[in-house]
Amino acid sequence: MANLSIRNLQKGFDGHAIIKGIDLDVKDREFVVFVGPSGCGKSTLLRLIAGLEDVTAGTIELDGRDITQVTPAKRDLAMVFQTYALYPHMTVRKNLSFALDLAGRKKDDIEAKVSEAARILELGPLLERKPKQLSGGQRQRVAIGRAIVRNPKIFLFDEPLSNLDAALRVQTRLELSRLHKELQATMIYVTHDQVEAMTLADKVVVLNGGKVEQVGSPLELYHHPANLFVAGFLGTPKMGFLKGKISRVDAAGCEVELDAGTRITLPFGNAHMSIGNPVTLGIRPEHLNIAKDGDCILQVTADVSERLGSDTYCHVRTQSGEALTMRIRGDLASNYGETLRLHLDSAHCHLFDAQGLVIAKALSVAA
Amino acid sequence: MMTLKQSRRLQSVLLGTLSWAIAALVFFPIFWMVLTSFKTEIDAFATPPQFIFTPTLENYLHIQERSDYFHFAWNSILISFSATILCLLIAVPAAYSMAFFETKRTKSTLLWMLSTKMLPPVGVLMPIYLLAKMFGLLDTRFALIVIYTLINLPIVVWMIYTYFKDIPGEILEASRLDGATTAQEIFRVLVPICKGGLASTALLSLILCWNEAFWSLNLTSSNAAPLTALIASYSSPEGLFWAKLSAVSTLACAPILIFGWISQKQLVRGLSFGAVK
Repeated sequence: MANLSIRNLQKGFDGHAIIKGIDLDVKDREFVVFVGPSGCGKSTLLRLIAGLEDVTAGTIELDGRDITQVTPAKRDLAMVFQTYALYPHMTVRKNLSFALDLAGRKKDDIEAKVSEAARILELGPLLERKPKQLSGGQRQRVAIGRAIVRNPKIFLFDEPLSNLDAALRVQTRLELSRLHKELQATMIYVTHDQVEAMTLADKVVVLNGGKVEQVGSPLELYHHPANLFVAGFLGTPKMGFLKGKISRVDAAGCEVELDAGTRITLPFGNAHMSIGNPVTLGIRPEHLNIAKDGDCILQVTADVSERLGSDTYCHVRTQSGEALTMRIRGDLASNYGETLRLHLDSAHCHLFDAQGLVIAKALSVAA
Repeated sequence: MMTLKQSRRLQSVLLGTLSWAIAALVFFPIFWMVLTSFKTEIDAFATPPQFIFTPTLENYLHIQERSDYFHFAWNSILISFSATILCLLIAVPAAYSMAFFETKRTKSTLLWMLSTKMLPPVGVLMPIYLLAKMFGLLDTRFALIVIYTLINLPIVVWMIYTYFKDIPGEILEASRLDGATTAQEIFRVLVPICKGGLASTALLSLILCWNEAFWSLNLTSSNAAPLTALIASYSSPEGLFWAKLSAVSTLACAPILIFGWISQKQLVRGLSFGAVK
């Protein structure tokens, strides 16, 4: 069992607040990913959980036991660092057995645990080597092995793939996902890479400026972002944003007059909405199309295109100067500076109020 | 017109010659000291200086007759090694806390420690002499061990601090998560990683202690006198006997030179050992 519960966690350095009151629950066997831009506090949050930083205020509980003031060694957690942090003077075998050795375990027991970890991670032939004789990927596996032998309640990963090359990163990502299933372990993983977050996580925690912006499953966050930040952060290419004003409100939703020079009727609305309110309309690249006919036509100027073979990312600029990206399946040839007419798929638009919070679907539509 | 290969070759020959010339210049006084120690006093004074002469061991025999070399050498060994070990025992934890738990005052503390080395030792001769006298420590090895430890401490802390600074904190954090106590963190992780650096620091401290003359001359007479005091005893009272002075100097330098030469090979291996990542 490993249930982690964080309540009103705060951390400041020299009077600057880094973590500004975080509440979070991690359930047993869950794979939780902390994601956010650099400096958002995700690594600090992980280090607070590990006990490597002192908490300014708030509590951390593991299975009902308050571990806020407990030393890292006694928290029953293991951590894999970005730089691997292997002991350079020890062989792989010693690196793996060090923690068990410190805990005073019996030799046979240590040997069995090390062999088991070596088998899982295919480290057998490397056991007598020193870290400097290993490649980046092998070092990473040793670092993971060092965590496995301890059989911790929770595995903590601090951007473990960022020092690997692109191909190895994809491979190790899959291995980690498999490891999570095999070990049935609780894992907390920090990354700035949203692809890692989307592919690995059962639950994604999006952090920004030391606060949790939204918690949910990867697809929940992708399809239903709670605010402008989450909407803009998750998804590649990014969601496009168009500024506008509410021009009509009724029971079925509202009409938005975009600065880009078009009107669109959307099935969104809430009690606070009134005519003239500034709003931001968000639309993902895959929900923009070249217009054939009908409503919601947006006139834009083509910027550069990225033709990937399977998809084309067509970057365009509206009359009001806002940048959008359109994702077309297959190949699309567009000339730089050419005028295009785009269709906005109103069913897939997101609407945010002046504070950047999402405006829910209108009651009549939701029902 | 010289080809690129030729110009590289010329450059390497010139640089090689220059290195040999500098090495010869640095080594010459030691060579001359050893050479003079095998001359008679008359040969030693001869002008122009003689390179070819009949070597003699009379100076060494004279020294062995007049003074007990091994008594002084034993004092030097005991004092230098004790002071170095004591110094490292204090400096390692001090450097550990300064390198890995830096505060706003760490940098200024380090600078202050180094600034104490700028004070001329003679400036504190009176108070230290009086203190030693008051505690009955004049002409004791203990007094020299304490003083050598203290005068070398700033440099030793600085050196170890710079070695520790190169170790990523994450390695120590990993050991903390693995369950290491602070002592285990220092002695099972940090010290083995830095053993090359620690060994060169220890060697430097040993050499500094071995060669120290000011305090040994002022605070000892016979009982605790190290080799530097033995050399000094040959310098003045009977006029200048170059050959005997050279012989006693050779005897004083020999142990630390041999020790340094042997450990140099270990040091090079130690320094190039271990990758951090």
